[in-house]
Parts: sequence; structure tokens; C-alpha cells
Amino acid sequence: MTATATLPTFSPARSLALGIRRVPFELKMYFRAGDQVFFTFLFPTLIYSLFAAVFSDQELPGELTMATYYLPGMIAGAILLSGVQNLASDIAVEKSDGTLKRLGGSPLSPVSYFIGKLGQVVVTSVLQIGLLVGVAVLAFGAQLPTTAEAWGTIAWVYVLGIAACAFAGIALSAVPRSGKTATAVIIPIVLVLQFISGVYLQFSMLPSWLQTTSGLFPVRWMAQGLRSAFLPESWAAQEPTGSWDLWLVALNLGLWIIAALVLSRLTFRWIHKDR
Amino acid sequence: MEAKSAGQALSQNELCNDAGSMATTDTPDDANVVVEVHNLRKTYGSFVALDGVSFDIHRGETFALLGPNGAGKSTTIEILEGYRQRTSGEARVLGVDPGIGGLPWRAQLGIVLQSTGETGNVTVRELLTQFAGYYPAPRDVDEVIASVGLREKDKTRIGKLSGGQRRRVDVALGIIGNPALLFLDEPTTGFDPEARRQFWGLIRSLKASGTSILLTTHYLDEAAQLGDRAAVIAGGRLIDIGKIDEIGGAASRMPVVRWTDATGRRREERTPEPGRAVAALVAEAGGEPRDIEIARPTLEDVYLSLIGADSDDAYDSEPVEEVRA
Repeated sequence: MTATATLPTFSPARSLALGIRRVPFELKMYFRAGDQVFFTFLFPTLIYSLFAAVFSDQELPGELTMATYYLPGMIAGAILLSGVQNLASDIAVEKSDGTLKRLGGSPLSPVSYFIGKLGQVVVTSVLQIGLLVGVAVLAFGAQLPTTAEAWGTIAWVYVLGIAACAFAGIALSAVPRSGKTATAVIIPIVLVLQFISGVYLQFSMLPSWLQTTSGLFPVRWMAQGLRSAFLPESWAAQEPTGSWDLWLVALNLGLWIIAALVLSRLTFRWIHKDR
Repeated sequence: MEAKSAGQALSQNELCNDAGSMATTDTPDDANVVVEVHNLRKTYGSFVALDGVSFDIHRGETFALLGPNGAGKSTTIEILEGYRQRTSGEARVLGVDPGIGGLPWRAQLGIVLQSTGETGNVTVRELLTQFAGYYPAPRDVDEVIASVGLREKDKTRIGKLSGGQRRRVDVALGIIGNPALLFLDEPTTGFDPEARRQFWGLIRSLKASGTSILLTTHYLDEAAQLGDRAAVIAGGRLIDIGKIDEIGGAASRMPVVRWTDATGRRREERTPEPGRAVAALVAEAGGEPRDIEIARPTLEDVYLSLIGADSDDAYDSEPVEEVRA
């Protein structure tokens, strides 16, 4: 029959432009979804406020208040929620409600779709962390780091952490069988990870086998990297090896980025395509 | 070539030859063919969903694909949209194999899927404006909103629309890219009669502007109103294909004369010469026959007889007496 007609291919610049165009659209949908705003966006700030209020009179060694102690862990938790919980349930729901099928029938590249999602994750997580830190400082008197080096650490841990969590979220979105079960599948995973990774509980209090287990996942390392920036140097002794091990933080997050990226590339489909 | 001589009943074999020759007689670079399907097969394990379906759709034509649930209509349309891979056979949509069609190919298609669905927290205008940006030469957003009758609702979030209004959003998304070929998979399900008439007007204006359309529908009046040609598929096979007013062959379109006889029984007679039959009845009865009517089978009657369903249980007390030409 007909020889395949040669058609102009769309340029990568077009995919990028359409991806950027999707960011405000994604943000609009994000902030209009009440459950998303509560369970992902506000959750770390609410939990932090609760903990900081309950333990406000506790003084830790090194003139550390609980308000300051909890902040790095809670920021790590926020990055996890914004990446994994947000994207995994968002994409699973869009897969099951027909949004992805419709996009798959349009000339939108999946690359543009993911640029839109990543843009949404970056903007919402930055706002979310800003809110959390603002509340911590203004309402509970948490101490912020003062050295450029500490802020540099926060910056690279955030960038690697949000990338690892966003890609992990995309990969995890393939797991729920329907949009209705998505949050039921994803929230327990995210919650357990936060408990064993030193977000809600002091990491040094956990049994070593749990510390080792959580060491497989990125949250524990994000929390540890951020603690190195927020806590006094003397607190390094509380970490499993007695030091901050920033190279292990970078290694773990780097491996997660690569593994989750490969996994999402392999599992993502606009629809469940048959043979 | 799809015109059939009077009274000719097509066997499956003849049909395949007919459809097959249609596919091969069109020259490969025929610019007037927008969809070419030849011997399309789709199997899921041992289940055969499509068993050698062939048809062409010409430029500017509205082609209706008819058939009962599970006949293979949606499988066919989803293969042509690039959502499903065919098992074997050939398919070309706008000259491109739909199994490998890229984004520029998609930019020329408009797709209205059978099922609707959207998270729903954006407005009609926001969604259409977003989608318009994906296409190289989109239609005007305001014009599209107006053409589907949603001007009053353009700032309403999709989740707050009624089922029929959401369906109109689906149709609006299907035409926003100004497609050369539009797929409509049961587009008016859930429409009230007035909305359906408005929708028909929209489709006619798209036809008038040269858009080719592949339509599946459960409403045979819709196919009769909009379609230029139709194919009937059942059990994954093509049962018949032809112009909308010729499909089924002349025999199935033979007028029916119905009346009530002297004993009070309802009678009917199929005849190519209903006037003569009525005259004979008048002569026989010596006056006006009771409850006399002459009916021409609708597309729905033809369709039901093609797929082997009983089209007429209102008058089934008497064996139908047929007069063959």
C-alpha cells in the first residue's frame, strides 16, 4: 500500500516549550485539588507545628531546641511528599481517569508532560519548604544555618533529593491498579519511610537494623545531609558512623536518580498498551 | 463500486473480494484516500476480535462504522488512532502506519474517545486553551466553545458540568486542532435530542469544511443523518459496506405494505411495487383496506436484518409473506 509519507518531525525545542507551557496549568490543577494541598503541601508544616509545640520545652545537647532539631528531617519529609506521594498518585489518577489517554492522542510529547510535572514539583516543593521554614523560624524560633557552606549543602541535597523523589514517584505511579487505590497504595509507603528515616522519630534512637533498612531509601540520606547543615557539628557523633557521610548522601541520591529514571522510562505508558 | 444491483445478496466471499478490490484499485498515492484498511486482524490470545476487515475512507467523507457491542468497532478505531497494535493486515491513516505514527501525524488527527474523563478542576476554556497550544494550526478557542454550545459554561470547571456537557468538551477537544481526519467513537451518548441535533449541525459544518470523519454510533438515525457510507461489522467481520442509502442491498430496502385483513389479522407484504400491491388490495377488499400503510425500511431496520436481529417483533404473529422481484 502507501509508502510511509515523510512528515516533518517536531523539534526538541517544541517539546521543551510545550512542557514549560504545562507548568502553570499543572500548578493550577495542583492548588485546586483540596486533598493534594492538605496531604502533600500543608502536611509537613502541620506535623512540624504539632511536634514543635509538644516538645517546645525540651532542650537538647549543644543548645539545640526541638524546633531546630525537627526542621531538617521535616524538610526531607516534604521533599519526599512533593516528589513521591504527589507524582505517584497524580499520575496514577490521570492514567485511570483518561487524562493520559487523551494526551496520548494529541501531539504532546511525553517529555513535555514530564517537564510540566517536574516544574510543578519544583515550584510546589520550594513554596512548601518556604512555608515550613517560615513557620519554624517565626512561630517556633528555629535556628537557620549561618554559613554559606551549610546553605550550599542544603541546595545540593534539595536538588538531588527532589530529582530522586520525583523520578521515584513517576516509577511508582505504575503500581496502583486504579486511581481509586492510588493513595491507599502510596501513602503507607511514604509514611513508613518517614518513620524509619528520622523524619518523625530521632534517627539515632532507631535500632540499627532499621537504620540499615532505611539506608536503602533516599529519605534517610536527605535527612542526614540536611541535619549536617542545620545541627551543630557535635551532633555528627549521633549518626550511625559518627560522621555526616555526605559522600554517601550524594551516592545514594545519585543512584536513586539513575535507577528511578530508568524504571520510569521502562514502565511509563500513556495507556496500558496491549501487544 | 459499492453500489449493488437490485436484489443481490452478497455472500461473505463476494464481500471480501469487493472490499479487497477497493483497497487495491486505489492507487498507492491516491490523495483522496485518508484511511486504508486491508485484511485487518486483531487477536487477544485465542480470541479473535477482528477477522480480516477491509475498507477505505475517502477525503471529505463521513464513514459510519456500525455493529453491535463487542463487534470490533472500538478495536478498529483504536488501531487506526494508534492506541492499539494490529495483529496482522495493513492500515494507513493519512498515508502513515498508525502503529508508528509520530507527533506530526497526531497533529492532523482529532480523537473523540468513547469514554470521557478528566480530573475536572480546570475550566472549559482553560482546558481548550491548553490543548490548542499542542497543535500547529489550532482553531479559535472561542469559536470552538461556541460551536459545541458551551459559551455560557466556558468558565465552569469541567467537574461541575453535566454528562452531556462533558461530552461536548470531548468533542471540542477533538476538533480544537483543526483535524484533517476526525474519529468520533459514539460521540452523542448521553445527549438529549436537542443536543444531538445541535451536534449534527456541528458535524455537518465540519464536513462542509472538508474534514473526513470516521464515526461509530449506536444511533442508526445519526448514521443515516451524517454518514456518506457505512460498514457493518459483527463478530469481527465485515458484513456489508456501501453508501448509506444502499447498504444491505435492494432486497432489504424493499418497501413493506401493511394492513389488517378481513379476519382482523395484521398482514404485511414486501414488494418493489407497493402501489400495485395496494391497488390489488383495494380491488380485493372492494374498498379501503383497514390500517393500510406503506413503509420503507429505515437504516435501523436494514442494520438489524444485516446483523441477524429480529427487527420487527410488533408484527410477528403472521409469517412474513415476501414477494421477490
